[in-house]
Amino acid sequence: MLLKKELGLLLLLAVISAITGVLNPQFLSGVNLLDMANLIGLFGVFSIGEGLTIITGGIDLSVGSMFSLLGVIFIDLVANRDVGWPLALLAVLAGGLLLGAIQGLLITRLRMQPFIVTLCGLLIYRGAARYYTDDATMGFGYGNDADTLSWLAAGRSFGLPHSFIFLIVVALIVGVVLHRSVFGRYLFAVGKNEEAARYSGISTSLVIAGAYVLSGLLAGVSTILLVFYTNSVSPSTFGNFYELYAIAAAVLGGCSLRGGEGSILGIVLGTALLQVLQNLVNILGIPSSLNFAVMGTVILLGVLADQQLRKRREAAVAIAAQRGRPAVAPAARAEPRVH
Amino acid sequence: MPNRLIELAGITKVYPGVTALDDINLSVGCGEVLGLIGENGAGKSTLMKILGGVVAPTSGTIRIDGRDHAMLSVNDSMRAGIAFVHQELNLFDNLDVAANVGMGREPVGFGLLRLIDRKRLRDRVAPLLARLGADFGPDSPVEGLSIAQRQVVEIARALSIEARIIIMDEPTSSLTLQETERLLQVIAELRANGVSVIYVSHRLGEVKACADRVVCLRDGRVVGELHGEQIDHATMIRLMIGRDLKALYIPPAAEPGAGGCDLLEVATKDFPDRRVNLSVRHGEILGLAGLVGSGRTSLARAMFGIDPIIGGEIRLDGAKLTVSSPRRAIRQGVYLVPEDRKRAGLIVDMPVAENITLANLVSYARMLLVNRGSEVAASRAQRVRLSIKAPGDQSQVVTLSGGNQQKVVLAKWLSMRPRVVIFDEPTRGIDVGAKNEIYALMRELADRGVCILMISSDMEEVIGVSDRIAVMHEGSISGILERSRFSEYNVLRLAIGQPLAPAEAA
Repeated sequence: MLLKKELGLLLLLAVISAITGVLNPQFLSGVNLLDMANLIGLFGVFSIGEGLTIITGGIDLSVGSMFSLLGVIFIDLVANRDVGWPLALLAVLAGGLLLGAIQGLLITRLRMQPFIVTLCGLLIYRGAARYYTDDATMGFGYGNDADTLSWLAAGRSFGLPHSFIFLIVVALIVGVVLHRSVFGRYLFAVGKNEEAARYSGISTSLVIAGAYVLSGLLAGVSTILLVFYTNSVSPSTFGNFYELYAIAAAVLGGCSLRGGEGSILGIVLGTALLQVLQNLVNILGIPSSLNFAVMGTVILLGVLADQQLRKRREAAVAIAAQRGRPAVAPAARAEPRVH
Repeated sequence: MPNRLIELAGITKVYPGVTALDDINLSVGCGEVLGLIGENGAGKSTLMKILGGVVAPTSGTIRIDGRDHAMLSVNDSMRAGIAFVHQELNLFDNLDVAANVGMGREPVGFGLLRLIDRKRLRDRVAPLLARLGADFGPDSPVEGLSIAQRQVVEIARALSIEARIIIMDEPTSSLTLQETERLLQVIAELRANGVSVIYVSHRLGEVKACADRVVCLRDGRVVGELHGEQIDHATMIRLMIGRDLKALYIPPAAEPGAGGCDLLEVATKDFPDRRVNLSVRHGEILGLAGLVGSGRTSLARAMFGIDPIIGGEIRLDGAKLTVSSPRRAIRQGVYLVPEDRKRAGLIVDMPVAENITLANLVSYARMLLVNRGSEVAASRAQRVRLSIKAPGDQSQVVTLSGGNQQKVVLAKWLSMRPRVVIFDEPTRGIDVGAKNEIYALMRELADRGVCILMISSDMEEVIGVSDRIAVMHEGSISGILERSRFSEYNVLRLAIGQPLAPAEAA
């Protein structure tokens, strides 16, 4: 039932890829595919975190700025302060976790709206990052010991970029958590009807805050991947608008901003579709200024098509229910008379 | 009846595979109050939708003012003066009464600007409110009004478009006894002014009180029509279900045991300076009656940990219960079947199985991963046990009827270990058959030794189901009745805070 949506998305992805491949065979070349896989991996990890917050009926606008703040801290620790990379890595993950936890607490304990809390996060983290470096771009010096981590984050194994492998691993883990675990069920329950969830004994605050903590943690992971992708961080532009990519991917992938709906597979496919579209604009020689316009159009059409299809399905179900009713009703009615 | 406003002849509505209405003949006279009764699914809603122009009949004619129509459009219906007062009220909370009444027909002024002329609007609405005996003015914001007052606003809106027939669909389902009285007065007032009312309700006492004539539908057919004196409970029930209802009350299997759930000097958020002392014994159903707003729901919310308990304590078999959150209440076996099942009792767009296991999901999980198999098995067991009519365990709860939805709420708690169960208006909007099944389940639970507290505004229910009745008035218990002293009169007196006269007490 849920898979229908993902199947549709996969089909759309295949059709667009096939058309682009016919128009320009370069699209399907190994180099290009691996390049896309890398980008899908980079964007997919934090889009999954974003999806979790959207499933609870919230949103996380702060991830892009988190990359910038955590990114400059990481480079500063490794390049300027001679902190070993394992410790720096831990600091970044803990930082993401902490920022997510603060946002989660503000949203649940102080009952503030997620949009506002994370919008303020977006502004604050960006400002803090720029102040921290005096708006200067930070890069790694030469000959530090982060080479191992650099290989881990941006290298390749079995011909696949590590970011992509990370995405697969994260998607599998979070997928099991979301679709099979008790916590995952609670996430959906809270997103669909927070009050009824509370009346069923679920600690809704804990569940919602948990989604923001996970989103923060995944933003921390993404920071590392992104830093080694660009090898430097300009605090005013690093990760700009990335939260919007994440929201777009989640929505394309079937998450409803009303909460309670979505799947990890959908979010990953949504991310892939966005990256394919960007790549297609480049490779087909469409003016790159149209990049965002193409993306916006496809998202609009995708969500529209999904809504229309769903309406049809619901109508079909309603008719089926009407048909099914007489078979039940007379039997139920007849029962008392037998007594 | 010379003055027939509207006449339906041979109205039939066939949906694919099901005949919702079969050859209905029905007329409404000028200034007549027509009671329309029937179980859920009998065809009342479809019939009302045809009158509203929302649904077109398959065959038959609708005669209005001497003209025959094969069907009505929404506009035809409005022009004919048919207005609805809905079960779920359709008002704009953020606007004032006058704006709601005049919605869509606001007087405009100030030349080309066409701004709303608030004064004229107010002047137009005020007399309508006065006529209905409203205790609020045209400037009152709707969000501050009670449900009963909102209904008056809807009726005023109907009058403002010069409605000749007002259709009220379960208008009293959320009203207090007093407010219900008031509504019945308003209906009498309407009738005196020549406005007809079609009164659709499950509450037969009200139908009896206000209707000139009662039509009963069953399985899409008119199965009976009662006039004046003929209208009484037993006859109406017989018509509705086609058999005599056996006595509602099921006595407990054994005398209620010693011990139970004791509320000692409990103060709730809404009544911080009042104290509630109450004990529900093991194996009994204690009815909790009182006017809406008397503190019954506040008490239920406090016992279930939704609102904090301001003072006093709750004991179960002598041991103090800590109910600081629903989670903790549930852990200690205190469950609530809430008043508003769609908002608080169920997650309606989740499957039946997931709703049933939601409160106890951890016990269906290993290593925190949900075992779908055991979940579905539990759901299936509950469906059989409570005879929940649903296509399957994965059907969304929203597709079920009200009675079956309520059974899903019960299934959630029955699949666990209840010790105290609070039912808040357990059968609101549920048809007679399902009601009785729910009463039987409550009794079964009680016989297993569970303490049952049943909050209800339905007098038949309170008197017919309870072993004892506690009545609340302004935040505290104003009296407790044993079965021998059950009567509507006694409950009402206590509900309005008057002591029972010694003669009745004897």
